[in-house]
Amino acid sequence: MCVLARVFEEHGLSTVALISVRGVAEQLPPPRGLYGEFPLGRPLGRPNDAPFQHDVLRRAFALLDRPSGPVLEDHPEVIESDTQPLACPMPPRYDPNLPEAVDEARGLRHAYDRTLARRGVTSIGRVLTADQVPNALAVLAAIADGADWKDAGFIGDPVQTCHDIRTYYEEAALSLLDVSPDAGQGEAWFYEQTAAGRTMLAARAQMREQGAPFPIWLYMARATR
Amino acid sequence: MSDQTLRDFAVTTPMPDMGEAPWTPLTKPLSECRVAIVTTAALHVVRDEGFVPDDTTYRVLPADRRDLVLGHWSPNFDRSGFVADLDVVYPIDRLEELAAGGVIGSVAPHHYAFAGNQEDTLTGIRLDSGPAVAGLLRDDDVDVVLLTPV
Repeated sequence: MCVLARVFEEHGLSTVALISVRGVAEQLPPPRGLYGEFPLGRPLGRPNDAPFQHDVLRRAFALLDRPSGPVLEDHPEVIESDTQPLACPMPPRYDPNLPEAVDEARGLRHAYDRTLARRGVTSIGRVLTADQVPNALAVLAAIADGADWKDAGFIGDPVQTCHDIRTYYEEAALSLLDVSPDAGQGEAWFYEQTAAGRTMLAARAQMREQGAPFPIWLYMARATR
Repeated sequence: MSDQTLRDFAVTTPMPDMGEAPWTPLTKPLSECRVAIVTTAALHVVRDEGFVPDDTTYRVLPADRRDLVLGHWSPNFDRSGFVADLDVVYPIDRLEELAAGGVIGSVAPHHYAFAGNQEDTLTGIRLDSGPAVAGLLRDDDVDVVLLTPV
């Protein structure tokens, strides 16, 4: 993004960049940058908080008044992520003959559909449809139990498969909660509290053991997991 | 906090030496400026093609569209905020409010998305797709570009 800011500026456009990694902006300074120590993925800081978002924009646009640059300033508020898992009501176990994650994903379908009806759009669709999420989790469950990942039946790229599964859960969770989830709580909930998240991490560990390429198993989940 | 680990890692990515930052001063009040958003969060309208790893291309985000998908391949940032509120990544409604309040002159008719935070894409964005989008922004008489990351 710092590169784009420079390209635009070279072409006669004035830029202000919201910065999520201060160290990168220090090495490759954009003309005007406002660093926000907010959860990665939330450059405006807080979802559903228009006053806070306007405060970020006001401070960013104020940098346009500076006579020269580069200029890199910090937003005064730091937003820490909570590492305690989100408390999210989950569906009961319905069919004990199915892998837990498959059963769980089926049980979340109504919640996913409610979010879809409200938002009108889903970010699922890299390789899976919502209908295919339970089957994709069955593939991960088989790998976690020792099946060879190459023959396990992935519909598409494993990294994109895992993205679609996590998106399904995050979109479903939105209909089960009254508030916008904290970034860290949502992550901890998915990887620690859901059968899908645990199955994903177990399958990823198995794939690493089986010699799957590093960029595949690594990017199946957040690098810090 | 794990975000700090990822920030520390991002700083180790080799970065080109591009010399001093260029500078285009604003020559009129912000209240008369047209503003566009360029995001590196790999957003796209729902029927457009998604982004693939090391993608250096861009997608057009018409100003009236809210049915946007977050298509970045990296699992290393939060997406639940985007699911709850588009504006936390792409503050299009906030810009509309600023235009209605006279703080900015107007909101551009087109905005743009790239896939950021990738190691091997800087040259393509620097020489090809970045200048192409700069030309499109100028065609729309944009004065100010707000860049938002993932």
